[in-house]
Amino acid sequence: MASGIKDKAVILGMGCSKFGERWDASPADLMSEAFEESLADAGIDKNQIEMAWFGAGIDAYNVGSSAMPLSIALRLPNIPVTKVENMCATGTEAFRGAVYAVASGACDIALALGVEKLKDVGYGGLPQRTRGVENDMYWPNLSAPGAFAQLASGYRARHGVDKGDLKRAMAHVSVKSHANGARNPKAHLQREITEEQAMNAPYIAEPIGLFDCCGVSDGAACAIVCTPEIARALGKADLVSVKALQLAASNGEEASFSQWDGSYLKTTRIAAQRAYDEAGIRKPREEVSMTEVHDCFSITELVTMEDLQLSDEGQAVRDVLNGDFDADGRIPCQIDGGLKCFGHPIGASGLRMIYENYLQFHGRAGDRQLKGPRLALNHNLGGFPHQNICSISIIGRYQ
Amino acid sequence: MTGITAYGAYIPRTRLQKSAIADANDWFDASLRGLARGERSVCNWDEDTITMAVEAGQDCLSVLDAGSVNTLYLASTTLPFLDRQNSVVVTQALNLGDDLRTMDVAASQRAGTSALIAMLESGPSPGNALLVASEHRRSKCGSRAEMLWGDGAAAVSVGNEDVIADYLGSETYVTDFVDHYRGEDSTIDYEWEERWIRDEGYLKSVPLVVSRLLDKTGVKPSDIAHFVLACDQARTPGAVARKIGISADAVIDNHIGDLGVAGVAHPILLLTEALEKAKTGDLILLTGFGQGSDAVLLRATDALAGKRPVTGFSGALARRREDANYNRFLSFNNLVDREVGKRGELDKQSYLAAMYRRKDLLTGFIGGKCRSCGTVQIPREKYCVNPECGALDSQDDHPMSAVKGRVMTWTADRLTFDWNPPAYFGLVEFEGGGRLMMDFTEVEPDTMDTGVEVSVHFRIRQFDNQRGFRKYFWKATPAQQ
Repeated sequence: MASGIKDKAVILGMGCSKFGERWDASPADLMSEAFEESLADAGIDKNQIEMAWFGAGIDAYNVGSSAMPLSIALRLPNIPVTKVENMCATGTEAFRGAVYAVASGACDIALALGVEKLKDVGYGGLPQRTRGVENDMYWPNLSAPGAFAQLASGYRARHGVDKGDLKRAMAHVSVKSHANGARNPKAHLQREITEEQAMNAPYIAEPIGLFDCCGVSDGAACAIVCTPEIARALGKADLVSVKALQLAASNGEEASFSQWDGSYLKTTRIAAQRAYDEAGIRKPREEVSMTEVHDCFSITELVTMEDLQLSDEGQAVRDVLNGDFDADGRIPCQIDGGLKCFGHPIGASGLRMIYENYLQFHGRAGDRQLKGPRLALNHNLGGFPHQNICSISIIGRYQ
Repeated sequence: MTGITAYGAYIPRTRLQKSAIADANDWFDASLRGLARGERSVCNWDEDTITMAVEAGQDCLSVLDAGSVNTLYLASTTLPFLDRQNSVVVTQALNLGDDLRTMDVAASQRAGTSALIAMLESGPSPGNALLVASEHRRSKCGSRAEMLWGDGAAAVSVGNEDVIADYLGSETYVTDFVDHYRGEDSTIDYEWEERWIRDEGYLKSVPLVVSRLLDKTGVKPSDIAHFVLACDQARTPGAVARKIGISADAVIDNHIGDLGVAGVAHPILLLTEALEKAKTGDLILLTGFGQGSDAVLLRATDALAGKRPVTGFSGALARRREDANYNRFLSFNNLVDREVGKRGELDKQSYLAAMYRRKDLLTGFIGGKCRSCGTVQIPREKYCVNPECGALDSQDDHPMSAVKGRVMTWTADRLTFDWNPPAYFGLVEFEGGGRLMMDFTEVEPDTMDTGVEVSVHFRIRQFDNQRGFRKYFWKATPAQQ
């Protein structure tokens, strides 16, 4: 029986670029911005990094499909660098690679860096892409909001939720995240919005309106990891460690087998249970202090609260409207502003979430600092509700 | 005896209001206002001659055994491909197998009637030959043709058993009368003067060919119960009938005001209407005009009444949605240079090798049914999707184009590119199993929801304008419309 990753790796240092429409910055500029912060934070020299994992989610756009963009941008000393790409789980995948490397003893110190430069390609929203030779022949031209909007129809049908009630809860999700983002200097969108604004914005994909969508941004985030022993040897105290790293990939059942009803994310449920088991969490609602979930769209966040077992099935609308996941709620969600305010530079998002955990655990989260967080859960969902990849990381204080 | 054995019809649901054409154009040509009565059928952006032919063929196959079809001719002057046999696409979308004769017949408004004569004259053989005539007419902005023409398709089958209209004979008169033409480099007809076409064309060649046929068959003009002459001149068919001696009551109306004249498809469409109306023993005279004239004489049998297709002409005509948006019509027909946005710019290369490999799915909408556990899935894949089964290479072909489904999840997407936004799509669960995330088409605002019943239809999925190709696939449409 595998023992899992819990407490086998700690975060030595982290960095995160300013997210936003970074017309001024190339992918290399963003990478170095995050990297320099992490190096200073870790207190190590670049040459102490022995291996690196590089995450970029849409490789054709600006960074290129190999490890070289990272190696060249940071002038790494010819160390092994691995490029990973797994849709929206990409940032977490880079982190997983680096964590496994140090936990296995393959190296002492490893780097995980994710970056995306979405705003160079001229689209509002994610770029229109090919889905490959075969899929392009019969898949709908579904946009990301078009894919996730369907969760709302599935959820309404399953739970008999009124259209207006669901829309109001979705609006609350966004209002809450904007309120949090307004207190984060690195967020792209730093202004509050009202429920009315969110409710009345034009539809992008029914029932998803403009304010139900996350931003579209450029950004980079990175983590330098090692074992607890090495961190201590380097003089670090108050360590933050990895409690769980899980991934679940759809195998086509949701899309092709008559069982899933379109109201939830099957992979999230699977990955969450595995992550709780790996982290030794028995009562998530009592043990998890904060979550950063994949709020690509407000409906995704809402449904995810149930999939992570933080709301009872069919009760997320009630819980969201009750403020359970607001900054002062029982389990704050997107305390940094989430994808909603950071946007979603695909390769960076998973690491950007862990960055917020890390700041919170070190008491460095400024105006949005939570009181004594113990465990943070991060969730990414790549693809579409009917066919996707879910990654979950759980980060906490090292005991 | 040889004759017609079944028929079917298809008319696009969208009916452009002619007043919208006049409103947009009478500043330039005030005479258009006089033609602006009623409506005309127009293809949706994802419909063309092939997709309409499939629909008409399906309607005909609602009363004809698909296994009996040994021939498929597609008649049209608006075939999407000049070199790629369009009738083969129709054949495969109709799942008619791979051992039948196929042919495209084109280049004249007479193509449909001439193809029908060829089938009727081909001699006794077992099985049925299917003729599909289909036309998606393109005309200039603000033209008379735009006002008078429509889009549509019709199918008739010919055979020797269970005949619903006996074939009594045919005649053809040929003369190089050029009332209009379209050269190889054009997509729009050039027409000559209407009055000359009437006097020297219709009123001379049709009476000539009809008189030869009636002489040959020994039938009196007054015995004709239904007279079909497709013509975009409202009064000409009546004038022709009068000249021949056919009763005015026998003239099948051209439906200029509620359909528009659908080119090569029109005589066959009007024939389907005549077949709907005919009683046992009625004589039906079908004519076709173009570089001469065709004439075909048919007599309804007592089997006719029992062979009404699911939709038929009257059903297709009644299935309608008014549209007063002339600008949308122009866009769908590439008559304006529409800004399609950045998402519309995506390169849409068609990969012919992969397309061929997937043709059963793409053209036939054929999924798989597991021999081990009975699970249906579409697309068919290597391993059965049932987690309790997972058998390898266990799936038999399972045609699903006639299977109804229900919408599970859906949205109306305004971000993605679509020629008629918002783009509706969603997950459809089919009766008996199988589900697919697929495009919807012809969805009316505020009618879509989880649980809505849908049927699937062969439609254009995407144009590759850079390479002159178009891809087809099946889309879901609310079944009640």
